[in-house]
Amino acid sequence: MANRINREQVQHVAGLAKLEFTDAELDAFTPQLDDIIGMFETLSEVDTDGVDVTSNVSDQLNVMREDVADNWGQSAALLKNAPDAARGFIKVPAIIDESEDN
Amino acid sequence: MNYFKQDVASLHADLVAKKISAKELTQATFDNIKATDPKIDAFLTLNEDAALKQADAIDAQGIAADQPLAGIPVALKDNLVTKGLKTTAASKILENFNPVYDATAVSKLANAQMVTVGKTNLDEFAMGGSTENSAFKTSKNAWDQTKVPGGSSGGSAAAVASGQVPVALGSDTGGSIRQPAAFNGIVGIKPTYGRVSRWGLIAFGSSLDQIGPMTRSVKDNATILSAIAGHDDHDLTSSTQAVPDFAAELNDATSVKGLRIGLPKEFLAEGVDDGVKSAILAAADTYRKLGATVDEVSLPHNKYGVAAYYIIGSSEASSNLQRFDGIRYGYRADDVKNLEDVYVKSRSEGFGEEVKRRIMLGTFSLSAGFYDAYFLKAAKVRTVIINDFKAVLKDHDFIMGPVAPTTAFGIGDEIKDPITMYMNDVLTIPVNLAGLPGLSLPAGFSNNLPVGMQLIGRPFDESTLYKAGYAFEQNTDFHLQLPTLGGQN
Repeated sequence: MANRINREQVQHVAGLAKLEFTDAELDAFTPQLDDIIGMFETLSEVDTDGVDVTSNVSDQLNVMREDVADNWGQSAALLKNAPDAARGFIKVPAIIDESEDN
Repeated sequence: MNYFKQDVASLHADLVAKKISAKELTQATFDNIKATDPKIDAFLTLNEDAALKQADAIDAQGIAADQPLAGIPVALKDNLVTKGLKTTAASKILENFNPVYDATAVSKLANAQMVTVGKTNLDEFAMGGSTENSAFKTSKNAWDQTKVPGGSSGGSAAAVASGQVPVALGSDTGGSIRQPAAFNGIVGIKPTYGRVSRWGLIAFGSSLDQIGPMTRSVKDNATILSAIAGHDDHDLTSSTQAVPDFAAELNDATSVKGLRIGLPKEFLAEGVDDGVKSAILAAADTYRKLGATVDEVSLPHNKYGVAAYYIIGSSEASSNLQRFDGIRYGYRADDVKNLEDVYVKSRSEGFGEEVKRRIMLGTFSLSAGFYDAYFLKAAKVRTVIINDFKAVLKDHDFIMGPVAPTTAFGIGDEIKDPITMYMNDVLTIPVNLAGLPGLSLPAGFSNNLPVGMQLIGRPFDESTLYKAGYAFEQNTDFHLQLPTLGGQN
């Protein structure tokens, strides 16, 4: 394994992505990601000196519109999709760990 | 009722002449789906009650000659949101999600009174080329149920190819319409970026995604693209270019006479099966016989497309999929102590393996210290790939080649090896990177499985691709050969 990415880096990236992996998953993922990143590195063969970045291939540029609110009247239907809701609000657990809150 | 023998125009003629009612057509469609889907596994959700009700209303109103799509059944890939009809993107994280609006492409078809019969299977969030990444089921190839249908729009492709529906919509980020169309012997188009509004398409790679039709014939495909295309205020990347009546332009089986076609040598290089290669060379001869010139051309940076795509597409995906956090909709993990836990555990339990792999690749490519070397480099290589296409299309009307290096592979054969799976897209990905239109149509068989041909055109020139596809179809019979589904049809 060329070690382009190691287990600790994989865990760091997982933290950024708000994902967590078991030890077994890390064992499988680390060499896989390393291989794929190796494939990414073939891009270094392409001379891109002075080449512009392409971030978008749309033919529309800077389309402007009035900033007008549009009420779709769908809050009840939207809330039905929420895992937990009460009195027109979405419920979430406390931000601070409740087990430490004493 | 199956749609092997009838296209959209002939179904429409029967409906207008009252040989069949919309209700009868809809009922027959569900009866056939129920008989065949245990073998094909194309559908995730059926819309039977609402569809039959809609068909009744259409019959009560009557179908006029100028309503070419009224009463015609359509299946929708399950990453297109449908108001009140469960939409999962084949992910556990959206298992019970009921959208509150229709995707623009969907509402355009509904306004034309097409009847939505159900939602089709895909690789989770459209990430994959076989439907094996679906959280719910693996769809089967219409020609051989031990083979994958391709993906990610594999359910839509198998549904059309097995005669369950005459029309389905798919989406294509790196080949997800064209490759399953090729694997199942049907017609699929990835329109020019911006041709079709992406509003209501669950976002994967926003600079790459396009919605497109999957059908049994070129003409049907052209009819449906005209119906779903056009500018939309809800997607400001959608183009204001006029939308032609593509199907009306298809009446000349020799319209390729005098055209210059480019056949890139890289498209027939190492890794492309002999059977695929010979079908494409034979197709080139067909075009020559019809009076076109076919030149060998070069897209020298084609092979870098896969690497650039997996950086750019995964980066966009990692950003787009941040919204799945267990708060407002979708799956929320139970065993949580605080809000951070909700995010991490809901995502880790809700997303499947391939989706996590892409999120990881994207997050890595965008992270501090790696952004320049990976994301920016890929965005520059994208420009180089676009310039390759521009150079060839400057003096060629379109490019032809295979859709995929092989015919459909076996279920289970490649799923454990991500890089092999990713390389399947080497001939379709560059077209998304460049935002060009790509048409996939049947061009022969290899080992009794369909081979797909890809025609790639200039931006917003789907017309030339459809005309060339139509001419090919009129001079060959590949699209008329049908899968047997174990002798059931």
